Amino acid sequence: MKYLILMHVNPEVLEKLTDEQQQAIGDGHGAFMETTKESGEFLATQALGDPTRSKVVRSNGDDPEVTDGPFVEAKEFMGGFYLIDVEDEARAVELATMIPDARIPGLALEVRPVVFSDLGDG
Amino acid sequence: MSTTPPAGDGPWRELAPRTLARLLRTYGGGQFDLCEDAVQEALLEAYVRWPSAPPADPQAWLTATARRRFVDRVRSERRRREREDRVALLEAPLSHEGAHSDDTLLLLQLSCHPALSRSAQVALTLRAVAGLTTSQIANAYQLPEATIAQRITRAKRRVATLGAFPQPAGVEERLGPVLDVLSVMFTEAHHTTSGAPAHDADLAAEAIRVTRMLSAAAPGSREAAGLLALMLLTEARHPARVGPRGQLVPLDEQDRSRWDRAAVEEGLALLDAVVPGADPGPYLLQACIAGVHAQAPDTESTDWDEIHALYVVLEHTTGHRNPMVSLNRIVAHSMVHGPDDGLALLDELAAAHPRLARVDAVRAHLLERVGYVDAAADAYRRAIAATVNVAEQHHLRDRLRRLGA
Repeated sequence: MKYLILMHVNPEVLEKLTDEQQQAIGDGHGAFMETTKESGEFLATQALGDPTRSKVVRSNGDDPEVTDGPFVEAKEFMGGFYLIDVEDEARAVELATMIPDARIPGLALEVRPVVFSDLGDG
Repeated sequence: MSTTPPAGDGPWRELAPRTLARLLRTYGGGQFDLCEDAVQEALLEAYVRWPSAPPADPQAWLTATARRRFVDRVRSERRRREREDRVALLEAPLSHEGAHSDDTLLLLQLSCHPALSRSAQVALTLRAVAGLTTSQIANAYQLPEATIAQRITRAKRRVATLGAFPQPAGVEERLGPVLDVLSVMFTEAHHTTSGAPAHDADLAAEAIRVTRMLSAAAPGSREAAGLLALMLLTEARHPARVGPRGQLVPLDEQDRSRWDRAAVEEGLALLDAVVPGADPGPYLLQACIAGVHAQAPDTESTDWDEIHALYVVLEHTTGHRNPMVSLNRIVAHSMVHGPDDGLALLDELAAAHPRLARVDAVRAHLLERVGYVDAAADAYRRAIAATVNVAEQHHLRDRLRRLGA
């Protein structure tokens, strides 16, 4: 069963991190990827650029219209994700708690089930 | 992978697992990894040589070659470390025999070892018993090939450390974990919990093929026969089970003339052969339920009394541990005694299992039958949010639209 772990970040929180905290986050993500790759649960991860780089494409009634900025204006945004394949939801949540962001106030992880998947190689 | 043997199709599909089983019988499950490597090498050699020099007995050729490769590998391993156990095995193999009728059983038991995770059991069974390639398995589950390769490697390593396989007394106890793995494999093919297609014909066919092998290898097991019958009777409905837009067509709306009659007949014949006898197990009981459906021309003329009785027995046999069985019992109950009765039972079940999937879908159907349109619409919306199956979401949205609420 595939799950997406969305990493919700807040730039204000990230700015105030100490060097040690930043180091711990980097190491923690490395360890997380190593663990889940070894267990055969890791599928993919991507980190996203800042939402100020976003373009939004949406209908202005009929035709698509392109505007600058993110779809939702908020302090927090999705900074990236892990795609995993695990036995059940409990395991997905357990893995999410292993991500270092789970120990930094102001950051959060959201675990959601994947209902359709095409990895493009079949 | 640099050396991809030609497994995965044609005669290899039959030869490779049998060769592996023979090696494992000789050298033991603790050598799973080395045995499999040796078989792969022998296959590769066969692929190169056979076109110009076809052997008289392909199976014997492969087994002999794989044994040689195994010995080579043990010798080179020895040069590194880990000598004692494997050399001892070479000197005193568990058996010198070639063919054993229960090679398949041994291989299945190793692949479905209870110490492995469910996904590892499934991957290893498809690879070692069904003879699928890593990439075929990856495609079937929409997972990267590297992920499947890693799972198989890890599972083999785990099996190797487990050493000799403990043999519980009765055949049904020995087969229990194997049947569960095959059942999961088949159910996933029919009802993928993640991924869109509600049916992956290949995986269902593989599950049936392996269960057929198992049932032939363990003719004394009524549960193996029961699971095979259950799979055949379920598979028979497939042509009528998916609508033109990929949506799920529930049993009561299926065009039963499109059911695969040959599969139905085979399933029913299996049941005829094994049902006489005391204490049917859970798979046999589920097959009996599928058999009652298979014999009815439509929902109205289905013997719901019989189905209800079978669910009551199934609930008892499984120790009331599976709320999905209770949910199905309630569906059957409401077909016999009406939707009001069913709704009351459903409330009790939902109170005991607040997160049980499909409760809201059943509730929505019953509310619709009673005529509570708004309440039914709410239940459909909750059911749509709760399911992770795209085909089922499709179906529930159709019902919600039809309701016109």
